[in-house]
Amino acid sequence: MSGIAAVFWKELADHFSSKRFIILSLLIYLAGIATIYVAAQNIRTGITENTQFIFLRLFIVSGANLPFSFPFFLSLFIPIVGIALGFDAINSERTSGNLSRILSQPLYRDSVINGKFLAGLVILAILVASIVILVGGMGLRMIGVPPTAAEILRLFAFIFVSIIYGAFWMALAVLFSVSFGRTATSALASIALWIFVFLFVSLIARAIAGAVVPIDQNSSLDLIARNDEIYRTISRISPSTLYGETVQVILLPEMGNPSATLMLLNIYAGGMTPTPLPLGQSLLLVWPQLTSLIALTALCFAGSYIRFMHEEIRAT
Amino acid sequence: MSKQAVIETKELVKTYGKFIAVDKLNLCVNQGEIFGFLGPNGAGKTTTLLMLLGLTEPTSGTARICGFDSTREPIKVKRITGYLPERVGFYDDLTASENLDYTAALNGLPREMASKKIDELLNMVGLSEVAKQKVGTFSHGMKQRLGIADVMIKAPKVALFDEPTAGIDPEGIEQVLEMIANMAKQKVTVVLSSHQLHHVQKICTRVGILSKGHLVAEGSVDELGREKIGGGKLRIEVQVAEPTSKLVKSIENVKGVTNVESAGDLLLISCDKDLRRQISKVVADCDSLIVQMKMEEYGLDDIYMKYFRES
Repeated sequence: MSGIAAVFWKELADHFSSKRFIILSLLIYLAGIATIYVAAQNIRTGITENTQFIFLRLFIVSGANLPFSFPFFLSLFIPIVGIALGFDAINSERTSGNLSRILSQPLYRDSVINGKFLAGLVILAILVASIVILVGGMGLRMIGVPPTAAEILRLFAFIFVSIIYGAFWMALAVLFSVSFGRTATSALASIALWIFVFLFVSLIARAIAGAVVPIDQNSSLDLIARNDEIYRTISRISPSTLYGETVQVILLPEMGNPSATLMLLNIYAGGMTPTPLPLGQSLLLVWPQLTSLIALTALCFAGSYIRFMHEEIRAT
Repeated sequence: MSKQAVIETKELVKTYGKFIAVDKLNLCVNQGEIFGFLGPNGAGKTTTLLMLLGLTEPTSGTARICGFDSTREPIKVKRITGYLPERVGFYDDLTASENLDYTAALNGLPREMASKKIDELLNMVGLSEVAKQKVGTFSHGMKQRLGIADVMIKAPKVALFDEPTAGIDPEGIEQVLEMIANMAKQKVTVVLSSHQLHHVQKICTRVGILSKGHLVAEGSVDELGREKIGGGKLRIEVQVAEPTSKLVKSIENVKGVTNVESAGDLLLISCDKDLRRQISKVVADCDSLIVQMKMEEYGLDDIYMKYFRES
């Protein structure tokens, strides 16, 4: 056990004194400031006397001139943070000649991966939690409406989900760092996958859904619903879709469905008025998404283990 | 048996696809020995060291250090074994003592004990003045010395050095070899691989020559030389003032002499044991004069070249 603790503390110290950490903090705080700016401009629209969860609105509003909400920013930046924390975990140790020295000490190989992963996770948690608290604090000053207990709980859930989302990208980057000899290759591979997942999966899903169930402005609600279902099913292979849906349901208690389109259809066709769900029900709604994210993370992790355990550690 | 085998390999085999890196290697190193592992590049020296440490898995056979199986119980092996890889790396952003601190922590050493020990070791390898300097500024020789301190932190029973003298200046080589010799004095069993023969010859008590994964020869440098070049015999070279056939004949008659070759005033005498006393007596009896007489010494270079010319 001393091995994993030693690796953990060393990595943590390394992270805190690294330029990488400063850059990542700047990036993520920039997202926070942008969010507050958007929120400040748009928070007043659409709020009536009996709007509930005003505090949560801070995190979800998006403006017309800057169509980015806080979750959007995070789903953009968290992968970058995760990749930056993991892409050179193992192969930089190898190229610097440290790996064979470290692994000739009495510690299990998985201690190296675990220690590094845990240290990255702590950094990730610090970044995500601090940005949420920062946005919350600045928002509180601005709107003067304190959060209710339910809102605080939802924010905690939001932080938790965001950390898991980052952990997935970090685990993926670690897997690549075990698989590829050079840090440049593993960084590029991670970023390529991120771009694919972030931009192209949704485009492809949209195209396939359009081909299978073509819809236009005059399509029946049934057709639109079927189109949306196909689109959702395909785009859910992307972790960023899973994250987006989860966050939306957690931050918008009124969301009775992970799909915004189906939600609107329900309101429109069924004439139902959206009522806020308790947190437990919201979590139940996105349970599949949440477990999928965790499973994907575990999969990447297992992959790194398998590759690393039987690998020959030669100093070259 | 008073001597106990510390390092032992049995029928150790490692293949990479069709390439056989190490082929049925049987090796035995006793406590307190400095064993020199020789061979050209690609002979399987590093691969053998990696298998001893459990850093790579043997295709078949076993490697044991102090009775612990390197594949099954790598942690126990690594607790008592220090390893200095070829082209050792340290964290460039950390200072020399911080790097050693990390190694100490990985070995589970208590903090106060570790820092005392690190000071001692840095002093020993002559790096105490640069202890607070970042390793990124170190020369290769300094890193190698730091590597020796790194190996010593865990107070190993066995130390494996892979090409410890490669790429450092003559003075540095001298220092490194001296430190390794000192380790052996402290009852540490040392294995060092190298292809720089005279370095090995200087400090090793025993050598093994590896070629294409086979151990082609094993023994002390003297033994190997006698066996290979002298055909198991000693050779005495005598220069006399006036060589005569009578003299050659009487030397041949000395008990123990197997062959005498004469070339000018030089006589090359092969014999079973050291017969210098008897031979000088014979020369004197024949009224001849010895200009000089010496026993042939075998350098590791000669032995080495002989082996590889043959294979």
